[in-house]
Order: sequence, then structure tokens, then C-alpha cells
Amino acid sequence: MNKFQHKQALLRLGDDALILGQRLGEWCGHAPALEEDIALTNIALDLIGQTQSYLSLAGSLNKGDTQTDDQLAFHRIERDFQNLLLVEQPNGDFGDTIVRQFLFDHYALFRAEHIASQTFDLDTAAVAAKAIKEIRYHADHSSKWVIRLGDGTTESHSRVQKSLNELWKFTGEMFTADEIDIAGAASGLLPDLDTIKTKWDSAIDTVLKDATLDRPEDRWMQKGGRSGIHTESFGFLLAEMQSLPRTYPDATW
Amino acid sequence: MSDTKNNWPLWEVFIRSKQGLGHKHAGSLHASDAEMAIGNARDVYTRRQEGVSIWVVPSESISASSPDDSEALFDPANDKVYRHPTFFVLPDEVNHM
Repeated sequence: MNKFQHKQALLRLGDDALILGQRLGEWCGHAPALEEDIALTNIALDLIGQTQSYLSLAGSLNKGDTQTDDQLAFHRIERDFQNLLLVEQPNGDFGDTIVRQFLFDHYALFRAEHIASQTFDLDTAAVAAKAIKEIRYHADHSSKWVIRLGDGTTESHSRVQKSLNELWKFTGEMFTADEIDIAGAASGLLPDLDTIKTKWDSAIDTVLKDATLDRPEDRWMQKGGRSGIHTESFGFLLAEMQSLPRTYPDATW
Repeated sequence: MSDTKNNWPLWEVFIRSKQGLGHKHAGSLHASDAEMAIGNARDVYTRRQEGVSIWVVPSESISASSPDDSEALFDPANDKVYRHPTFFVLPDEVNHM
């Protein structure tokens, strides 16, 4: 894969983590229980940490045209973000947040396991290796919640089934390879998405079975995030996330 | 807090630090089951590397001494200084006691 494709691949890894981290951060002070509030924001901080590493690597890849992680996070416009549509979906109720997390965590875990084991880009492999421990906990946390809610009360079951049905249309994008994915898989950096899909299917099905939830049928899948075409709420998310550094561009801690 | 329909049960959390030999009481939290209590304890009490092992115990399983009995239970030890090993003369060769 060429330098441009390599950078795009790193931006995608960073953007997935950044946007999901930002969404989870919105729960701060609002989660249904204090303990869960801390859990969700811990996960958000893990994701922002991964973002810093991936975006720093992306920004330093082309020596003649470098950007810092902050510049990439706070000074790009909507069309330049390449995160999955799934991770930008609004928090909704707690079940929506948990299902979004559950669907992404298992994908992110298998993707990170591949990236940690490849030798095309050793810096990125090191970041992924560190992230795996965090993502394992995220996947465990979200899976257990899916089981609790699905196999819980009649109301929790029907609500989380509805969350699953509504978010399912964003799962196709994870496994649809475009030219970056194909070049990435050829170089070894990125996983073959068909292989990831098989592992993801099996992990998701196991949890859904325990949760007594029905796996939705694969129908029309909404795509666009990977090419910078985002859903309606994304502009609002960016506006909030970027407002401070754009208002005070040289602000520091 | 006794409204069990709308509140998760209370759990007491014990954490063993890297250096510590025993688990020490860290605090309490709410969780619907033991598994969730361990997860919550991990998030609430070990996020600054405080521990390497977690115990959780349902708070209702803990029997506590009553503050009303504290005089009878604890005051009698006040004048029993001989229970502290402070009346021995240590040989000079013994260091670090």
C-alpha cells in the first residue's frame, strides 16, 4: 500500500476510536448508575488514548506534511473523518449505547489482534497490542450487558432487541472492503474483512444466544463513513467536540 | 437504599494492592450480581493501579459489632499494656525490630 493509503488506514483506526470515545463521554454524569457512569467514561478514556496513538502515527507518516493528533482531531472537517457510521450514532437509551458498543467491540478486537501480529508497520502493531487488553475488557463489559438486558425483564428484552434491530443496518460497513482495505490487506497491515466477519459472526451469535435475542436479518446496509459521508447527527458531534480548540486555537492545559 | 426493586444490592469491595499481603476494604458499590460487582469494582476502585486482586461481598452478609456495645467490647483493653511486647530488653545484636 502506498503512503496515502497507509495514512488513510491509520486515520480510520483513530477516527473509529475518537468518535466512539466522544459519544461515550456524553454519558458522563448521565448514566443510569454511578458505577456505570464511571465504566462508560473509563472506556471513553481508553478509546481517546488509542486515538492519540493512531492519529499521532497518521500525522507523522509523511515527513513533508505532518500534523499533530490534536490538529487531526480538532481541525478536520466532517468530510475528512472516516469513522464507521455505527460509532457516530447517537447514544439513545442505555440499551442503544450498549448494543452499539457490543457490535463495535468485537469487530475492534479481531481487527486489533490482526494489526498487533503484522510486521508491515511495527509502530501501529505496538499500539494495537496495547489496545487489545483494553478492548477485551470493553467487549466483556458490553457483552455481559447485552446478556443482562436481553435475558432480563420483558421490557429490557424488547428494548434491547429494538436497539439491535435499528443498529444492525450499520454493521455491513465494517465488512465492506474498499480500496484502502484491499491495499491494507495486501500489505498485511489490515485484516481480510471476510475473515474478521466470520469471527465476528461467531462471537456475536454466542452472546445473542445467551441473551435470548434474535439476530436481525442482513438487509439493506447503510454505508458512507469510510468515504466521509456521515449521518445527520455527526455535524453536531463535531461541533461540540471541536468548539473549544476552534475558538481558542492555541489553548493548552 | 432498602428499596431493592429500584436499587441494585450493595456490595463491599476489598482490594489487594501490589505490595499488600491482604485484601483491604476499599469501599462499597451497587451491582446486580457478583460478576457485575467485580467489573464495577475494577472501574471504580482500581483505575489508578490500586490493585491486583478484588474481592466483593454482599453488604448484607457482613455482621457488624454494634456501636452501643463498644464500651464493653473495646474499653477493657485500654489498661492492658502488658499485652504489647514492650517489656522485653532486646539484645544489642538484634536490629530492625
